[in-house]
Amino acid sequence: MRAPSASDIAAGEILLSIENVSLSFGGVRAIRDVSFDIKKGEVRAIIGPNGAGKTSMLNVINGFYQPQHGRITFKGETRTKMRPYDAARGGIARTFQNVALFKGMSALDNIMAGRTLKMKRGFLWQILRVGPALTEEIEHRRRVEEIIDFLEIQAIRKVPVARLPYGLQKRVELGRALAMEPELLLLDEPMAGMNLEEKEDMSRFIIDVNDHFGTTIALIEHDMGVVMDLSDRVVVLDHGVKIADGTPDAVKANQDVIDAYLGVAH
Amino acid sequence: MVAFGQFLEVFISGLLAGVLYSLVALGFVLIFKASGVFNFAQGSMVLLAGLALVRSLDWLVAKGFPVWAAIIAGLLFAAVIMAITAFLVERYVLGPLVNQDGLILFMSTIGVTFMIEGAAQMLFGSDVYPLALFPNDAWFLFDKAFDGGILVSKIDVWGGVIAAVLVAGLALFFQRTKTGRALRAVADDHAAAQSVGIPLDWIWFVVWLVAGLVALVAATVWGTKLGVQFSITFLALKALPVLIIGGFTSVPGAIVGGLIVGAGEKLAEAYLGPFIGGGIEYWFAYVLALVVLLARPQGLFGERIIERI
Repeated sequence: MRAPSASDIAAGEILLSIENVSLSFGGVRAIRDVSFDIKKGEVRAIIGPNGAGKTSMLNVINGFYQPQHGRITFKGETRTKMRPYDAARGGIARTFQNVALFKGMSALDNIMAGRTLKMKRGFLWQILRVGPALTEEIEHRRRVEEIIDFLEIQAIRKVPVARLPYGLQKRVELGRALAMEPELLLLDEPMAGMNLEEKEDMSRFIIDVNDHFGTTIALIEHDMGVVMDLSDRVVVLDHGVKIADGTPDAVKANQDVIDAYLGVAH
Repeated sequence: MVAFGQFLEVFISGLLAGVLYSLVALGFVLIFKASGVFNFAQGSMVLLAGLALVRSLDWLVAKGFPVWAAIIAGLLFAAVIMAITAFLVERYVLGPLVNQDGLILFMSTIGVTFMIEGAAQMLFGSDVYPLALFPNDAWFLFDKAFDGGILVSKIDVWGGVIAAVLVAGLALFFQRTKTGRALRAVADDHAAAQSVGIPLDWIWFVVWLVAGLVALVAATVWGTKLGVQFSITFLALKALPVLIIGGFTSVPGAIVGGLIVGAGEKLAEAYLGPFIGGGIEYWFAYVLALVVLLARPQGLFGERIIERI
């Protein structure tokens, strides 16, 4: 499978649309009347200064937060109230800003946990490990090994993740999300705290995921160079309000965006 | 030879008593492993399971049912009661507290303890009810080698066999099934577990149910030994040093911790008792736990947490 070109995406089918979404915590209005969409096969970046509401937006998309107003339509289905479990079922996977792995478990087990929803056999069969349950276990292990090969983490598969350096933990976390075979992958600052080499590796993985598996990706990132290189379209939030939406070049030239990042002289 | 025979007798009875402590400690470990919560209510769950079992058993026998049928029906009834308890705890206590701090969850289990203790006695009565699921007499082994033989209580042996089966089953459940993996995942990170599609409410129900069933098993053995009565809840206090010694997160640790506590306190009573006065049994376990805390805070089998700074 090949990544769709820019013009394909412009004409493409909408995977997720956010319409007039507002979210507040008590008096704090984290997101105010924001609308945008994510098209099938694209890499969509969500950027903005600190406190712009980017992570809140991601939490709304995968059901951690319930917005007070607005509509969210995923794969043509409009939803009102949704739990993270339903999001995962529907094909939305994510990673977290501060790596959220299962620290006591090995890298392999962490990625296997991503297969939870794909496992169908009853627990008695799994305990006995016979017949269909055995075949299923082998099949899942094979898929997980493919992901491990893809992310080049063969050497650390049995290591408890708490012992791994930060860059590798981020990679395992991406692996766990990929194991879900998602249609929409949400990445919350996949490169935060990484050095240049690690950033380049991670960029390569993100491009490959998008190219080879055709996975739609929505990512939050602070490194502008990365955002401009990776993304097809960019939405810019500031203080919970959408201030720009378009191709990287258009956004880069937008006066509101420049003001939000550099501050305006009053 | 008499001295060695006596040592063996004390040692074996200690080990077997220890296994019974392990049965209670296991319930704690299960919930701690799966939700990071220290479940203060485990002792009261043993009481509830025991009362549900013994009262339904007595009622059925009085109605003229054959004993074997009454035992099966009684066990099923008690299991259903534990399932209902698990459902209520998940629905009204833990569910609303998702993503909260471990200390808050711990406090809530103290509340659950009082609720369960009160409800159990209100529903099933508060007397001492004798239970006779297992033979309560003893074997005398090796009476050729040792004068009078070595006394081994049958119920303790039954307890040991049951504990072994239980541990083997739980170990397989945790290691091999997707629910087992999900349980470990939930213990580490609620949000991340939810994001990969692990339904938190279901997992918590399962883990409280399993802990409830372990409590039921403990109740059958302890109930036969002591009678089902309120003081059975104090077993939870004996399980505490077992957990500290074995480590809060380890199923094998709960077993080994129980063995160490059981054998340790019996041997201390028999051999130190004459010198420093009796009653050592009652505090020896806590001193052992203190020593372990000083030397190895995570317990013998616990996971060592290394914080990255």
